[in-house]
Amino acid sequence: MSQAAGHHAILDPTLAPPFPQAALNVLRNPQLRKNVTHAIDVIQGKRARLVAEKTDWQELRSTASAIRTHALENLGFYLEQFEARCTAAGGHVHWAADADEARRIILDLLRQENASEVIKIKTMTSAEIQLNTFLEAQGISAFETDLAEIILQLGDEEPSHIVVPALHINRSQVREIFARRMGLKNLSDDPQALTAAARRYLRQKFLTIPTAISGANFLIAETGSVAVVESEGNGRMCLTLPRTMITLAGIEKVLPRFEDLEVMLQMLARSATGERMNPYTSLWTGVTPGDGPQNFHVVLLDNGRSSILSSPKQRQTLKCIRCAACMNACPVYRQTGGHAYGSVYPGPIGAILTPQLMHMQHAQSLPYASSLCGACYEVCPVKINIPEVLLELRAQVTDQERKQAVRFFDPMYLGLRIANLLFARAWIFHAAQRLGRIGARVVTRKDGWIHSLPSVGGKWTQTRDLRGLPSQTFHEWWAARGKEAK
Amino acid sequence: MRASLFITCYNDTLYPETGRAVVALLERLGVELDFHPKQTCCGQMHANTGFRGEAFSQAKRFVQLYQDAENVVIPSSSCVAMIRDQYPGLFEQLGNETLRRQFATLVPRVFELSEFLLDKIGVEDVGAYFPHRVVYHASCHGVRALHLGDRPYRLMAKVRGLDLATLPNVERCCGFGGTFSVKNAEVSSAMLAAKLQDVVSTGAEYCTALDNSCLMHLGGAMHRQYAGMKTIHLAQILASTEGSPAEAVA
Repeated sequence: MSQAAGHHAILDPTLAPPFPQAALNVLRNPQLRKNVTHAIDVIQGKRARLVAEKTDWQELRSTASAIRTHALENLGFYLEQFEARCTAAGGHVHWAADADEARRIILDLLRQENASEVIKIKTMTSAEIQLNTFLEAQGISAFETDLAEIILQLGDEEPSHIVVPALHINRSQVREIFARRMGLKNLSDDPQALTAAARRYLRQKFLTIPTAISGANFLIAETGSVAVVESEGNGRMCLTLPRTMITLAGIEKVLPRFEDLEVMLQMLARSATGERMNPYTSLWTGVTPGDGPQNFHVVLLDNGRSSILSSPKQRQTLKCIRCAACMNACPVYRQTGGHAYGSVYPGPIGAILTPQLMHMQHAQSLPYASSLCGACYEVCPVKINIPEVLLELRAQVTDQERKQAVRFFDPMYLGLRIANLLFARAWIFHAAQRLGRIGARVVTRKDGWIHSLPSVGGKWTQTRDLRGLPSQTFHEWWAARGKEAK
Repeated sequence: MRASLFITCYNDTLYPETGRAVVALLERLGVELDFHPKQTCCGQMHANTGFRGEAFSQAKRFVQLYQDAENVVIPSSSCVAMIRDQYPGLFEQLGNETLRRQFATLVPRVFELSEFLLDKIGVEDVGAYFPHRVVYHASCHGVRALHLGDRPYRLMAKVRGLDLATLPNVERCCGFGGTFSVKNAEVSSAMLAAKLQDVVSTGAEYCTALDNSCLMHLGGAMHRQYAGMKTIHLAQILASTEGSPAEAVA
């Protein structure tokens, strides 16, 4: 029986419903919302304590930002350096322009191995190219080995967070999934019992499947090394037991020097899980005879990244080290969790990354899935100004709308165009205020408040009242006061 | 000292009492105020919704109207944030050298109200009297864009009779976000519900802020839910005295 995840539309940006619609399902799910807020409160609390103990946190942020910016501005150079050093160490480097090419390269490599099964270290990039679904269709079963990913795979669920993918699922739900899928009727929801069950399930995979796929937290140009950080050690198992290792990495993951890890690992662990150091940091460089995988391949994935790189304002998106601090801090994510974003990359970083990776027409609602509160930018360890990129993307959406039929009937679009005419001349603005005051009488109740508005206004009044328009604007009061004084 | 008042479009239309309070407060402190009758909007709503060209024309208008002002005082933290954080990008992209130079000389003279009181006038005790329990909503732009820090708290500490409540999760957004509140009305409402729970838990009579847009959001829900609380701009608290208490509204 295959246990690889089936294809779901909810995290496919080409199929997922727009953010406001997708969010509705979550807003009405009390269990999921409680799981999400509980999990992020725990992580946020730990992060806040560990960031506070670093007196040079802001300097570290500036350094981390500078390292990532430098790497991106010289990306071609560092990627070629990585390729040369990795190849010299016995690895094979493949370049994939898009998801399709990456999937084909990986499939060819697996076919060469005669693999019908493969084990995986948690990799968001493989989810980005929907690798499991593809392999499944080619008759190859992919088994996740990260505990959270096992929960999702066995539960036929989708990740809702990039560091803690199953954060929307609580302990008793994990128990139910394991009991059902592993045939353990009397399994308790004690964390030790659950991890023991997962360990038994995993050992069998580790010992029988000789091919592994990983992602990469960092690629190091100077040494040609790949780095993966994790908490459980299951990634370490994938790096020691199999004969063949295939690493799939976005081209932006490169760091110039080995010593850059010193900064990055400090930032990543503190920002991601609220730890001084993550439990397992694995680094491997090519092939070492008699130790670890003897066939090693790296697939470098572009899939839209080069086009992001070409825009100076949007380029900062690629600085991301996938720590998820932005989503943990985000008041929107706090309410919706990850699934509403319709992509493997949720939260504020997803709201800017997905529309750029997957083309705007598939993710037009995402740049608007933010109140622009700035909490994401404040916590970002590499100083990605997410609100600035959101605004850039919103301007692009509007510029598209200017050419589309939507401009003739969308009340929001029309309202903003009309408002612009009013704001251009004070006398028109003031005339509109007077007209509005007359019109508002129709909807203002005796208590002086508006309880219900038509059209877009109804979106406001579905949960809030609006105080009726006062009988005198400020500028009218000021003018009257001036006359009195004379 | 002279100052030009930029009241902002929504204060002019919806919350004139805030403008009147700013006038009463600053005139009491000896500031000579003027009000440019041609002012309209800073362009924030357009900029934040992606209407960059429209935002630019309003930004240009603002700079042209106020370039000769000695100081500009704005009782809305998000509008000040718009001017400081977004005008440079708009002028870089769409403006010319003259406009950029005019803006560069104007922007150091643009103040949010609490900045103007503490940093420019240098007054902490404005002589206010407001005998109520009050909770302060810090507002995202006040905290993370303007870095107002303890300014509003220092001002409130000197208001006689004011009993300041501590707001849990004070730095968290109320969910307004301009057009976000209608484009994502349901998520915005969920954020509002969470914020309102924190605000109401303080047992305060008034929720205050330096931005009426957040207060419109919070106040709209308070009214809908009969929460027994009202919103009031901090300017109105600071203007309030024994002889002239804050204007009772609605």
